[in-house]
Amino acid sequence: MSETTPIAIEVKGVRKTFRVKGGLLGHDRHVVAVDDISFAVPQGGVLGVVGESGCGKSTLARLILGLLPPSAGEITVEGQRVLTMDRKARARLIQPVFQDPFASLNPLARIRDIVAMPLIAQGSFSRAEIARKVAEMLERVGLSAEQGTRLPTELSGGQRQRVAIARALVLRPRIVVCDEPTSALDVSVQAQILNLLAELRHDLGLTYLFISHNLAVVEHVASDVAVMYLGRFVERQPTEALFAHPEHPYTKALLASVLTPEPGLGVPDVGLGDTLPDPANIPPGCRFHPRCPIAEPRCAVETPPFKARPGGGVECLLVL
Amino acid sequence: MSALLEIEGLEVEFGRKLPTAAVRGASFTVERGETHCLVGESGCGKSVTALSVMNLLARGARRRATKLAFKGNDLLGLSDSGMSRLRGNEMAMIFQEPMTSLNPAYTVGSQMTEVLRRHKHVNQRAATDRAADLLARVGITAPGLRLGQFPHQLSGGLRQRVMIAMALMCDPQLLIADEPTTALDVTVQAQILRLLATLQRDLGLGLLLITHDLGIVARIATRVSVMYAGEVVESAATADLFAGPKHPYTQGLLRCVPAPGKIRRDQPLGSIPGTVPRIGPAFAGCAFRDRCGFADESCAHTVPLHTAGPTHEFLCRLPA
Repeated sequence: MSETTPIAIEVKGVRKTFRVKGGLLGHDRHVVAVDDISFAVPQGGVLGVVGESGCGKSTLARLILGLLPPSAGEITVEGQRVLTMDRKARARLIQPVFQDPFASLNPLARIRDIVAMPLIAQGSFSRAEIARKVAEMLERVGLSAEQGTRLPTELSGGQRQRVAIARALVLRPRIVVCDEPTSALDVSVQAQILNLLAELRHDLGLTYLFISHNLAVVEHVASDVAVMYLGRFVERQPTEALFAHPEHPYTKALLASVLTPEPGLGVPDVGLGDTLPDPANIPPGCRFHPRCPIAEPRCAVETPPFKARPGGGVECLLVL
Repeated sequence: MSALLEIEGLEVEFGRKLPTAAVRGASFTVERGETHCLVGESGCGKSVTALSVMNLLARGARRRATKLAFKGNDLLGLSDSGMSRLRGNEMAMIFQEPMTSLNPAYTVGSQMTEVLRRHKHVNQRAATDRAADLLARVGITAPGLRLGQFPHQLSGGLRQRVMIAMALMCDPQLLIADEPTTALDVTVQAQILRLLATLQRDLGLGLLLITHDLGIVARIATRVSVMYAGEVVESAATADLFAGPKHPYTQGLLRCVPAPGKIRRDQPLGSIPGTVPRIGPAFAGCAFRDRCGFADESCAHTVPLHTAGPTHEFLCRLPA
């Protein structure tokens, strides 16, 4: 991506904390879901964000979609502050695709009505225009006109995810936030959906923020990958560089946990131990140190500095 | 000595007006101390096969087989009470979504001890001790604390560990695991599969593992049966299957597994177009023919069984 490519998504020093009620006698706790993150995605780029459950990746998605206000910092999409944008204009610019196509589609509405909803909500399209745009978009994502007359329950998981993609794209947005779009699907269907998303990005010139817990899934679609741990990007690199030379021990653990079809290798010991990350109780020093297989005593005390790399950087005391 | 679990010519049908054949003549065995993987896409009949072994099929399902035996004893003619004595005792099962299979209203401890008190008639104290031992065995720290907790207080990975510990309470010889890691993060998936492999080896269990992911199969299975539209279309020892997959469906499934570092960014990922068809009892020919790149007219009639080695069989017109 050249220096002159305009920026599609810009996130500056964004922080998001939630207050969790402590119950009858307990104290309220503060959960830091996103902790001072800054990045930019150029137009036509795809940033893959990878991390485990609870690392804050879905909160980040909702902040960028303008569904949540940040506690600090600023988010702009195509140069406009996402929070103060008019809702209809925002819907024409940025759209989500969520994980669970079973939960995100109205079970009582026909497919073509589900896909038409964003157009109807705009209030400026004629019936004929809506019908035409819906038919075009259904065909574009590989669904037949006949499938448009069915209910979500009559479709398979992969077909439902196609419906969710059609609904997201029917207003022709410039940016799509995909939050685990294939996690609920079989591997065979996952490949179909990843191919469709890659093809649509290319043909329609879209920018994606693509979230997954599986590094292997983002490799094909992402131009850059950010690895998120307890609210921070601990490593970010262009995709080829990250897969060729992962630096952060957490990135290496995520890569090691991908089960490639190679018999005889057995199930790897990922080396992360059993301590699960708790966003309400972020460890001092390096936040990854309690699970890190190579941690040293200083990792529990010193905050790791950001070490720049071409197109990204890494936050670890132990890398050069 | 007869195999631990023998299934021969298993047929399962649902529905009266428009009958669906969910399992069509499936045959395989699970030996003591081996991990047999049943692999295929959603809707291929793998879960129904597992449920029909446990006699847990939904009301209205019709189960037939030439043979269905556990340790040489017939299961088909077994009474409901006879089956209840086996289930949870000598044969146990764990499911994909631990949250829906654990009772939210009871503590982990009371659910774990119930199964032992029911089958083995031991007192509460001894049962609690065994539950604590097993929780430690599946890698849960502070088992005493966990026994007093409710399922919603546990993470997804912990819940699945609890499910595994619970299944082991009565020392089963056969463990059926239906997509035990599909709802989990990849890091936790690797940990749970590693745990299952260790337990299987140390306890000499017969493990029947159901999955849609050939990456998992490669790392954990002794033998593999690939299911498609209710039929076992290919069956082989793991090393043989991955060294030379014969059925076009198996080859397709293998291409779908993402392997980091091996993806050409400009090429689409391997995928299998379409979905598993729903077929009736009178269906003839190869059920994969509509999605297969090698199909010809003969595929609509007969499908010969070929052998590609002493224990490698597949159903396809193409020769080995």
